[in-house]
Amino acid sequence: MRIILNGDSYDLAEPLTISQLLATLDIDPRGVAVEHNLLIVKRVGFDSTEVRSGDQVEIVNFVGGG
Amino acid sequence: MNSDPLVIAGKTLSSRLIVGTGKYANYQVMQQAHAASGADMITVAIRRVNLTDRSTESLLDYVDRKQYALLPNTAGCYTADDAIRTARLGREVGLSEWVKLEVIGDERTLFPDNAALLEATRVLVQEGFVVLPYTSDDPVICRQLEDAGAAAVMPLGAPIGSGLGIQNRNNIQIIKEFAGVPVIVDAGVGTASDAAIAMELGVDGVLMNTAIAAAQDPVAMAEAMKLGVVAGRQAYLAGRMPRRRYATASSPPEGLVTGR
Repeated sequence: MRIILNGDSYDLAEPLTISQLLATLDIDPRGVAVEHNLLIVKRVGFDSTEVRSGDQVEIVNFVGGG
Repeated sequence: MNSDPLVIAGKTLSSRLIVGTGKYANYQVMQQAHAASGADMITVAIRRVNLTDRSTESLLDYVDRKQYALLPNTAGCYTADDAIRTARLGREVGLSEWVKLEVIGDERTLFPDNAALLEATRVLVQEGFVVLPYTSDDPVICRQLEDAGAAAVMPLGAPIGSGLGIQNRNNIQIIKEFAGVPVIVDAGVGTASDAAIAMELGVDGVLMNTAIAAAQDPVAMAEAMKLGVVAGRQAYLAGRMPRRRYATASSPPEGLVTGR
């Protein structure tokens, strides 16, 4: 299955929760925010929100800026 | 804590200098510059996580969140919707309602789109954000932003990253005179005297990034900025002497040893 992850297509073997997706990507969930199909997923929802084929996911963090 | 703190939306900052995290050669220099600046609030940007290179260090590894309050920005957003979306994401990353709201209207000058800024301010205030909008040095839009619920107004001194110093001192003074919320000069400062001039105009604080990060010695410049802000504030509180067109001697005219 294919999702759109941070604007690019990304292949997943099967549907994953946000938590599982972050673990797959080696991303610490504490430093990021996640948007799933344009809706913010609160951190408490990372375990219960499932990413399915065709979904759009944005994962953002803080970087240097003024 | 000093006796003349900056208070924004009930939050007390001991320093009137707010500094950024962009454009540093590396995080070590940034960390030292932050320490030298004495700032207790720092700005950060919100961007997509780099998925291809997970080895890159995280900015937050170099920011002690017990020492510094984070102020996420919406830099790079050109519409109210994008800025609102970015602000919401920033709230989730940082778990704080504070946002430095930017809606840019022009690529070359990075001047704000004030109509979109006002619209985004209204929406975010409604959602419980503490909104600090980066805006033009225009007293009218500053008043409108305050009426929309902005917790402070942040007029630019000059274009972002230009280092030109305060271009319209009169407007900045009028903005301060009108404002019922703190006024932070955001952008345009190039060196310590610019920071001092901004503070001498009576504003409540100065926000800068490039002036420190792009200095040849960012750590030394950070300290200079700290001192410039303190000096400017103190001079403002002290009340400057009136300007005169001609000289008035400082030494007494009497008792002069003259002639032979």
